[in-house]
Amino acid sequence: MSTFDVELTVNGTSRQGSVEPRRTLADFLREDLGLTGTHLGCEHGVCGACTVLVNGEPARSCLMLAVQARGADILTVEGLATDGVMNPLQQAMWESHGFQCGFCTPGFLMQITALLAENPNPGEAEIREALSGNLCRCTGYESIVNGVLRAAGHDGSPIEPQH
Amino acid sequence: MALLQEHGEDARPLAGGQSLVPLLSLRLARPSHLVDLAGISELGTIVVEGDHLVIGAMVRERSAERHGDVRRLAPLLAQALPLIGHPAIRSRGTIGGSLSHADPAAELPAVALLLDADLVAQSSARGTRTITAADFFIGFFTTALEPDEILTEVRIHRPPPGTGSAIEEVARRHGDFAMVGAAAVVRLEDGKIADARVALTGVSGVPVRATEAETVLDGAEPTEEAFATAAEEAAKSLSPPADLHGSSAYRRHLAALLMRRTLKLAAQRAREAA
Repeated sequence: MSTFDVELTVNGTSRQGSVEPRRTLADFLREDLGLTGTHLGCEHGVCGACTVLVNGEPARSCLMLAVQARGADILTVEGLATDGVMNPLQQAMWESHGFQCGFCTPGFLMQITALLAENPNPGEAEIREALSGNLCRCTGYESIVNGVLRAAGHDGSPIEPQH
Repeated sequence: MALLQEHGEDARPLAGGQSLVPLLSLRLARPSHLVDLAGISELGTIVVEGDHLVIGAMVRERSAERHGDVRRLAPLLAQALPLIGHPAIRSRGTIGGSLSHADPAAELPAVALLLDADLVAQSSARGTRTITAADFFIGFFTTALEPDEILTEVRIHRPPPGTGSAIEEVARRHGDFAMVGAAAVVRLEDGKIADARVALTGVSGVPVRATEAETVLDGAEPTEEAFATAAEEAAKSLSPPADLHGSSAYRRHLAALLMRRTLKLAAQRAREAA
């Protein structure tokens, strides 16, 4: 199988590799670059766990081939904290208990990062809409939505249940 | 395009990859070559040419959704785009990719059909040709495109004054492919229906126009009863496929309901626009 050279920016650092065309971006990040923070759940674009930012836009890294990311600027969950200090979104999610097992968390964090970049003050409905493509099997989503509200500057008190 | 010609059916053009890559992951498609269209910058633009909105096939759904000209000149398309998948799907998925994939449950084929869009195809052997949306969708995941051809642009005519549109669908979960969807365009003239069009997804291998409803409504008063009767009448002739998610009868029920709702909403928007 022939290989292709891939050069891209990941979390602000220029990275390169040589990949088979069939290699997904998710596998490239995890296997070739050792960035295992990006999780793979379903591997066919349903669960959202592998969401990363590609040139600022959220994308499923399991539905992109590494060769399609040539020249792109990628942000993964490893790019959020600085020197081990959580960024405000991570801190807010932590304070709201916005995860349990943590498997889906990287995808949620990246999708929320994109949401807040576009709309720094989303309402609950907008948050739920933006996160509709990310599956969490533990939390029931309430604490995740609370975490986003907290990150967006709301007081973080529990939201009223919706009926 | 030369690559597609060289490799014939062993090669597949790759647009946004939001349908093709899952098919590869599941080994449902096993092409020996993928031709990435993302390098062709001419396919990534939205321009206005006279009364036409011309959308390049590689325009990402998310950028079309945000584009002022799309909202202004193709309101139905702007209403349909947020219904596609999830934000992360739309930031990669393309207009041309969705049309070429031709999923019978997808929104954009029905929108193209309803708006009489012209789809421009190109191959290196035969150059450019224009296919009307009515001729483009042939069957379940099948279009008029030849294996060496790609869709390059979609041309949509600006709606005449007094036109309103709406699209609604019913899906099991938010963002899933809908069981049934309906899109409607209504033009009013002197308070009467001058043109009513309605198209359905999920009731056949291709998106279909509900022509019975359209004929009944021609020249009628835009009343709720008129829309309900037309929708019921048109739904009778449907024989939607049954699956795990819903029986044929349930889908027929949804079709009638969604036709009624979208026609009513489209008429309301037409009144507001006038």
